[in-house]
Amino acid sequence: MSNPKVEAKDFNLFYGDSQALKDIQFQAEANTITAFIGPSGCGKSTLLRSFNRMNDLIPGVRTTGTTMVNNISVYDKSVNVDELRKQVGMVFQKPNPFPKSIFENVAYGLRVDGISDKHLIEEKVISSLKQSALWDEVKDKLKKSANALSGGQQQRLCIARCLAIEPSIILMDEPASALDPISTSKIEELIYELKNQYTIIIVTHNMQQAARVSDRTAFFYMGELIECDETKTIFTNPKNIRTQNYITGKFG
Amino acid sequence: MTLFNKYVSKRLKQSIAFNTFRLVSFSVVGILFLIIGFIVVRGISVISWDFLTKMPENGMTEGGILPAIVGTLCLVFGSMLFAFPVGVLSGIYMNEYLKESWFKKIVHSMTNNLAGIPSIVFGLFGMAFFVQKLSFGDSILAGSLTLGIMVLPIIIRTTEEALKSVDDSLRIGSYALGASKLQTIRKVVLPICYPNIVTGLILSVSRVSGETAPILFTVAAYFLPRLPHSIFDQVMALPYHLYVLTTSGTDMEKSLPMAYGTALVLIAIVLLVNMMANSARRYFIKKLK
Repeated sequence: MSNPKVEAKDFNLFYGDSQALKDIQFQAEANTITAFIGPSGCGKSTLLRSFNRMNDLIPGVRTTGTTMVNNISVYDKSVNVDELRKQVGMVFQKPNPFPKSIFENVAYGLRVDGISDKHLIEEKVISSLKQSALWDEVKDKLKKSANALSGGQQQRLCIARCLAIEPSIILMDEPASALDPISTSKIEELIYELKNQYTIIIVTHNMQQAARVSDRTAFFYMGELIECDETKTIFTNPKNIRTQNYITGKFG
Repeated sequence: MTLFNKYVSKRLKQSIAFNTFRLVSFSVVGILFLIIGFIVVRGISVISWDFLTKMPENGMTEGGILPAIVGTLCLVFGSMLFAFPVGVLSGIYMNEYLKESWFKKIVHSMTNNLAGIPSIVFGLFGMAFFVQKLSFGDSILAGSLTLGIMVLPIIIRTTEEALKSVDDSLRIGSYALGASKLQTIRKVVLPICYPNIVTGLILSVSRVSGETAPILFTVAAYFLPRLPHSIFDQVMALPYHLYVLTTSGTDMEKSLPMAYGTALVLIAIVLLVNMMANSARRYFIKKLK
C-alpha cells in the first residue's frame, strides 16, 4: 500500500490493567471499505474508536504505538481532537439524532464549526441529505423533528449529519444492527455509494454484510488482529484456522 | 370449587387495594380543595381594586396590601436572580464536569444537608452574615440572598436530575461531529433539560414566595406604607403581613378578614407564577418534539 489513509502501527490499548488491543498493524487505502469482524469483546470497536479518539471519553484508557489518519498521528499531543473528528466522521450502532429538526440535525456540525452563512449551510444540508439518499423522503418536512423519522431514516440522517462536515474517513460501528432488513439494505447500498468519496471502516457482526459491502476484511480475536486481506480471500480461503472457524460459524 | 374461591379472593383483594388507593388520592385532592375553598370563602369579600392597590391604613385594619404584594414580588425576583444562575451553573458543573470522586460525594451530601436546614436557621444566618457582617442592613438584597441560598439545593438537584436523564449517546454523537464539551452542553444537552429546569424554578418560586422565617430578620417590615426605592430598602411581604394581621392586629375583628384576603392574594400569585412557568415548560417540550 503506497499511501494508506488509515493506519495502526504497533498499537496497544489498555483499559486500566487489561489489554484490549495487542500490537495492531493495520492499513486501509483511500476509497476502500474495510470490514472489522470478530466475536464480541475482540477489540474491533475499540480500534475503530482509536481513529477518532472516542476512547478518550472512557476513563482509564492508555495507549502505546500509533494510529494515523491522513498522515496525522492521532494520539499526538499537538492534535486538536475536535478538528480530528471533523476529518474522521462516525456513525453509531443506535441511531442518535438530536431532538431537533431534521434540518438542524444536519446543520449541527457546521454550526459548531462556526459556519453561520445561511446559504452555505442550506446548500450543504441539502447536498448531504441527497448523498445519504434521504432527501426525497424528507424534503417537505425539514422543519419537522428528527424523532418522528423511522429508525432506518434516523440512521441515514445520522450519516447525512456526518457527511455535512465533509470528513474524508467514516467510521461505522454496527450501523445497521438495530434496523430491519429493508432499512439495512438501504444503508448497505448507501455505504457502497459513499466509497467513491470516502474511506470507510465498518464494524459488523453480520458476515453477509461484511461480504456484501467490503473490499477488505479484518478478523479480530481476543484483542489481536488475526488476519486482514481481500474480503474474497478471507471468506473463501482464509489463512488462519481461527478466521476459518469464525466465518464458518464454529465459534463466535 | 377451590379454583373459584381463589379467583374470588384474588378479585376481592384487587378491588380493596384499588379502592384504597383511590380513596387516598381523592382525599389528597379533597384537602387541597378544602384549603383553597376555605381561604376563598373567607377572603373574597375584602378583595377589591383598592385592596390590591392601596397602602394599609388605620393600624392595618383598612386600606390595602400593595406594599406587601410589591415586596413579595421583589423578593421572588431578587432571590431567583441570584439562585437560578448559581444553581443551574453548579448543577451543570456537578453533573457534566465533576468526575466521580470523594469530592463529588461531599458536595452532594452538602447540597442535601443544605436542603434539610430549617428555614429559620437560614434567617438567622442571613441576619448575621448579610445584614450585619456585610452591612446590607434589613434590605431586599439581604432577604433575597437569604431566600436564594435556601432554594439553591432545589435548583441544583432538579438541574442535575434533568442533565442525568439526557442519553449519553447524544453527547457522544455531538463530540463525534467535532463539537467541544461546552458546545455539546449548550446546544444539545441543555435544550433537552429546559422543561425540567423550569420545574425546579416553579418549585423554588412557590417556596420563596411563601416563606416567612428567612425574611423575618433580614428584610420584612412590620408596617411600611410606601414602596421600595432601592435594593437596600426594607419591604413588607405577604407571608409576614399575614402573620402580623392574624397575631398582632390592633382590632382583630377587622384585621382577620384582611388576613384571609392576603392569603388569597398570596395563593393567587403563586398559582399565577406556576401557570406562567408551566406554559414555559410546555413551550420547551413542544420545541423538542
